[in-house]
Amino acid sequence: MNLYARRKFINAFNLTASVLTTFFGLFFLVWILWELFAKGFAGLDWSLFVEDTPGPGSEGGGLRNAIVGSLLITLTGIFIGAPIGILSGIYLSEYGRGTWLAATVRFVSDILLSAPSIVIGVFVYGIMVAPLGGFSGLSGAVALAIIALPVILRTTEDMMLLVPDTMREAAAALGAPRWKVILSVVLRAARNGVLTGVLLAVARIAGETAPLLFTALNNQFFSLDMTKPMANLPVTIFNFAMGPYENWHDLAWAGSLLITLVVLGLNIVTRAFLRGKKH
Amino acid sequence: MTENRDKQAETADAAAPAADDARAAAETAKEETANLPAERQGPKPKLDIRNLNFYYGTHQALKNINLKIPEKQVMAFIGPSGCGKSTLLRTFNRIYSLYPNQRAEGEIWMDGQNILGKDVDVNLLRAKVGMVFQKPAPFPMSVFDNIAFGIRLYERLPKAELEERVEQALRRAALWDEVKDKLHKSGAALSGGQQQRLCIARAIAVKPEVILLDEPTSALDPISTARIEELVMELSEDYTIVIVTHNMQQAARISDRTAFMYLGEIIEEGETDQIFTAPREEKTQAYITGRFG
Repeated sequence: MNLYARRKFINAFNLTASVLTTFFGLFFLVWILWELFAKGFAGLDWSLFVEDTPGPGSEGGGLRNAIVGSLLITLTGIFIGAPIGILSGIYLSEYGRGTWLAATVRFVSDILLSAPSIVIGVFVYGIMVAPLGGFSGLSGAVALAIIALPVILRTTEDMMLLVPDTMREAAAALGAPRWKVILSVVLRAARNGVLTGVLLAVARIAGETAPLLFTALNNQFFSLDMTKPMANLPVTIFNFAMGPYENWHDLAWAGSLLITLVVLGLNIVTRAFLRGKKH
Repeated sequence: MTENRDKQAETADAAAPAADDARAAAETAKEETANLPAERQGPKPKLDIRNLNFYYGTHQALKNINLKIPEKQVMAFIGPSGCGKSTLLRTFNRIYSLYPNQRAEGEIWMDGQNILGKDVDVNLLRAKVGMVFQKPAPFPMSVFDNIAFGIRLYERLPKAELEERVEQALRRAALWDEVKDKLHKSGAALSGGQQQRLCIARAIAVKPEVILLDEPTSALDPISTARIEELVMELSEDYTIVIVTHNMQQAARISDRTAFMYLGEIIEEGETDQIFTAPREEKTQAYITGRFG
């Protein structure tokens, strides 16, 4: 075999191998989605949104309390996590450049990003649930906020850093004070990116189960009281999937599909955001 | 010359007793010249740079710069890449101070104030000394808001007045006719040449006294370049303009005075015609004839 033929062979071999491995990965993803749609779609009906989770042995039922609880916990979590994340992201990209403090914050945030979520659940159990004497929706929101924080912080920093320094100089050259440069020009230029970070964080925490097990726990009944245990989709899915009843299994599938669709939707929206980035 | 001197000598001899008075008068005149350079040395300097040194960290980028920049004229800085022209320009509005490791030493006097002084409010300084950069950087907002941004920083104007100021600035920058129908479209949607004129409009909208231009046409096509050059010459009727350029023809076309810089020093400064036709320094000669740079 001469050199050229050899090179062609290696090229063909590598190309085939990479295509095959791609399909191997995709195969499982499609399989999961297929199962989810096949089994979850049947359960997607109106009663899912108007009836509460059924007790052991009772017929039918829906996920209303869990859906509302998940929305409340997730949104509260984002409302706590997003301002802190965005402000610290701004600090890292605008004020802390090259400082020891910023490097430390960035490092710690990266650790937090990959920390097992169950650890965060136990942590919030320790600082909120145990001292306050009970599980609550609010402590669930705090746990989710801690998980959302590093995601928002790093995307905010990255997106603000993408704004060229010439833009900052141009604004400063007009006599704009620093906070004005950052708020009116840099943050505005990075707006879509920052929003994307927040939406991705929502997608990230919407399906978190472990931290909620230790904090919001679950609730069989409809409740809007954030200081009490609160129903939520992930824990409901966890409980129902392990349970012995057929209607529980169906609801678990429907709930999983619901979360997946929401996350999918959020990802599509963020893509649209980033694509429409031109002002 | 000789005749003159003889005449002076005669006069002095003839009026020997009054010699002391004459000397005193001459000295007074000398002092007045120093105090009022405007009358004797052409236009009065808007910026007076004295013993300026500039450092990026430990690297010295400007060495002992002394220069007077005349009011309402165009002053051009030329020289090879890295010679410090932009660095010098960036000291006039202290934009370098955005970066903690950059530092200027010396004095720059403007209207009786040393703008490098500690008590100077840099934001107010920058409102007086506008700047246009090499790459146009329109803000992520509409054409209108791009111009209004700077005005709103220091003035609270009624809507109608603000609109008029924006229109004025755009007209002044020869951009009005092209953008009057898209004032509320994004500034980034304009062409490169239009964006740069937008940046000029933005700079003059805040009514500065000095405009600094840092290679404003290096990213533009020849037609846009020509428009901006025309604009600069027009603006010099009302503003003191300092322009950094790589393009020697440009400096020759639009500037009244030119400073040639090399390795962080001003090698030669003078009337543009003189610099380009009869440079005194060998290095200037070599640069403008294209032997290096």
